[in-house]
Amino acid sequence: MNWMNFFLMKGYAWYVWGSYGVVLVVIAIEIAMVIRKRKIALQQLRLICENGLVADLRNKE
Amino acid sequence: MAINWFKYSAPSTFYGLAGKLTPWFAWPSAILFCIGMYIGFFIAPTDATQGEAYRIIFVHVPVSILSMLIYLIMAGYAALGLVFNTRLSSMMATALAPTGAIFAFLSLWTGALWGKPTWGAWWVWDARLTTELIMLFLYLGFIALQASIEDPRRADRAGALLAIVGSVNVPIIYFSVRWWNTLHQGSTMKMTGTSMHIAMQQAMFTMMAALWLYVIAITLVRVRSIILERERNTQWVSELREVTL
Repeated sequence: MNWMNFFLMKGYAWYVWGSYGVVLVVIAIEIAMVIRKRKIALQQLRLICENGLVADLRNKE
Repeated sequence: MAINWFKYSAPSTFYGLAGKLTPWFAWPSAILFCIGMYIGFFIAPTDATQGEAYRIIFVHVPVSILSMLIYLIMAGYAALGLVFNTRLSSMMATALAPTGAIFAFLSLWTGALWGKPTWGAWWVWDARLTTELIMLFLYLGFIALQASIEDPRRADRAGALLAIVGSVNVPIIYFSVRWWNTLHQGSTMKMTGTSMHIAMQQAMFTMMAALWLYVIAITLVRVRSIILERERNTQWVSELREVTL
């Protein structure tokens, strides 16, 4: 199978790559979101520690 | 070897354990994903009737099965949290919901892209497709409901009720292809054997394993952030190395 034929998927390229492409993009977004969530959680905790505020910050959000 | 499992039901001990376990699920997942893709695209032969479009099933079937399993696990954790008032179980339910919703969406998306060339339609109001769509809405409802309630413990309880009631939908999705005469085909993989080519089976099982491990890894990372958010006022969180650094 040469590469051009491989990418064309015998006429089903849009369907096949549309499926796998979206799966990969969505998974990449999810990973990025989870990493961002952790960063934000840690940042907020550091803020609490620095200000010596053990009080709940939730009201301020 | 006696391991005190109850020890790990405390968020403070589970936080560390989850951190240590994550790479053990994440890396095998990535490796298996590549192997599964390789088998699926380079070893598995072209399907006699569906042509190359059938290769979508290597990801469609695993995400669909997992979207149902994640729902049951989420509802199970939510129920545990509701009955035993265990904080960590409720946090696990909250952590599983976004991944479940994503997998339900991917199931519908890849299904539509498979359905168009194979059935000639992106979407039909078939029992299997409709119940899967309902499950996506249940996931989104669970996430929205929890986000709308300020008090996390109340959010846990409200979400748990929704998750438990909604779990009735899962067996309906699963058996829909047997109970009703639907357009969606029945399962090719049966206990009694399958008509599938061996390489096709290998591709599907490898992808299934890869995505299972992915779900575990991503949930562990997410639950750790949820633990930090909810336990922010505790001594142990303020003493964590990653916080004091």
